Amino acid sequence: MKLIIEQILNGLTIGSFYSLIALGYSMVYGVMKLINFAHGDLFTFGSYLGYTFLVMGTAYVTSTLGVWGGMAAAMLIAAAGTGILGLIVERIAYRPIYPAGRLPAVVSALGASIFIQNAIMVIWGARPQAYTSDVIPNYMLNIAGLRINLLQIIILLLSFLLMGILYYVVQKTTFGAAIRASALDRETAALMGININLIIFFIFALGPALGGVAGVMVGIYYRKISFVMGWNYGLKAFTATILGGIGNIPGAMIGGLILGVLEMLGSTYISTAYKDVFVFLVLILVLIFRPTGLLGEKVAEKV
Amino acid sequence: MEALLKIDHLHIYYGSIQALKGISLEVTPGEIVCVLGANGAGKSTLLRAISGLLPISKGDILFCAKSLKKTEAYRIVIDGISHVPEGRRVFSTLSVEENLNLGAFNRRGNPQLVSERKDRVYNLFPILKQREKQLAGTLSGGEQQMLAIGRGLMSDPRLLLLDEPSLGLAPILVKQIFRIIKEINEQGVAILLVEQNARKALAIAHRGYVLETGNITISGLSKELQNNKKVQEAYLGGAALRRK
Repeated sequence: MKLIIEQILNGLTIGSFYSLIALGYSMVYGVMKLINFAHGDLFTFGSYLGYTFLVMGTAYVTSTLGVWGGMAAAMLIAAAGTGILGLIVERIAYRPIYPAGRLPAVVSALGASIFIQNAIMVIWGARPQAYTSDVIPNYMLNIAGLRINLLQIIILLLSFLLMGILYYVVQKTTFGAAIRASALDRETAALMGININLIIFFIFALGPALGGVAGVMVGIYYRKISFVMGWNYGLKAFTATILGGIGNIPGAMIGGLILGVLEMLGSTYISTAYKDVFVFLVLILVLIFRPTGLLGEKVAEKV
Repeated sequence: MEALLKIDHLHIYYGSIQALKGISLEVTPGEIVCVLGANGAGKSTLLRAISGLLPISKGDILFCAKSLKKTEAYRIVIDGISHVPEGRRVFSTLSVEENLNLGAFNRRGNPQLVSERKDRVYNLFPILKQREKQLAGTLSGGEQQMLAIGRGLMSDPRLLLLDEPSLGLAPILVKQIFRIIKEINEQGVAILLVEQNARKALAIAHRGYVLETGNITISGLSKELQNNKKVQEAYLGGAALRRK
């Protein structure tokens, strides 16, 4: 019983990383019908930005900001930096290629992914780096016999808070309705007075920014980061996007959490070596029985 | 009176195909002007050019004496032209209310104004009030058309472009839609109406133009068009009229 609760908690934690990354895939796909393959590497970039700030600024962080302030600042810096990089990628790798159609844009996205990954390797080195314990101490709690890391709880709460805010903006405000409308029918959206460039700006800044925050969270949680980790997280998050229904924002959140929990339970009760098999098996089953994903069902349209 | 909308020798191309071949027309404030024509005559092209969805190859479109040639579609709405597209194009997975809110997108900072305008739309189309929380895709064809028109009114336009508002609707609904179009006009909104249902369109319009394969061939007051032999034969079912 204790084990299962701990594992579900661990699953939700990594699931929330997947969810935060998946949101970027889903928002961009929804509006642009483009799979931003560079998104996983933007997440890595955010992680390294946070790392640089915390490690290079260790003295400053420990003396003035404190542990919590340091983590918050690292997340803000990663969010801003990754958001800006997201906009740059859109401008350079995608915007000139939109008129050529969707397939060339996908190839360009793969190119951007490889470019960013290698740039990270050149800048920070090929060896994994670590979020050191002098800036990120351990706080193990003992709650009713459960061993829980306080940082894990904070990561979970913060992820849920961010997802809640995004959910509110996208589902409950007129600006969010404009994002959903642009995804449905861009031309008619323009007839409503919606400036599509504003929407593109928003999704290409906010999606990567959330990915950047997830990058710092991964650093805080696992401590070790590497320049290739964007591939694995990106793939899992993309799977989460499909699982929830691509283009569907609540779907991306739920898909990520489900995936994380499945992965954790699978590796605990079946085999660590087979955890990915388990995850992708579920994906295949969902796609067979619900090809549009868990929440991706279309409303019947009467004409 | 000074023209609200003035189209001056407008040429529009789709790739190498010329859809409009130098047409000129005008809408003055408070008018209903209809454009008649067969399928493929260029009626929708005309509206799409006015609202900025198509680039202008030659000629010009002036709104309140200001050229729209370089203005992007989303700006044209803010300037005061609202386009209700053919086939309604409501946002099907958004609620009725969200669809209406988007019609006033650039006024989203002023919820009170938006809700006043929504009330005006609900007065015009009470059924939409009942359907407020429903997804637009679940509405009937007639209700979707009402929503499309209502959404178009949310920007408080000075000129409303209506593209085939009666398309695919039952006769009783067509009658209702045309009555409401007239009512909207009486509230001071100029209307440029593109319609296949020439009889109904001429009944409410002040003036009309006939568009044939990219050229305006006939124009005049509605009464003149109704009595024009060519218009009767081609668009009003001439034989039937003569029998009467």
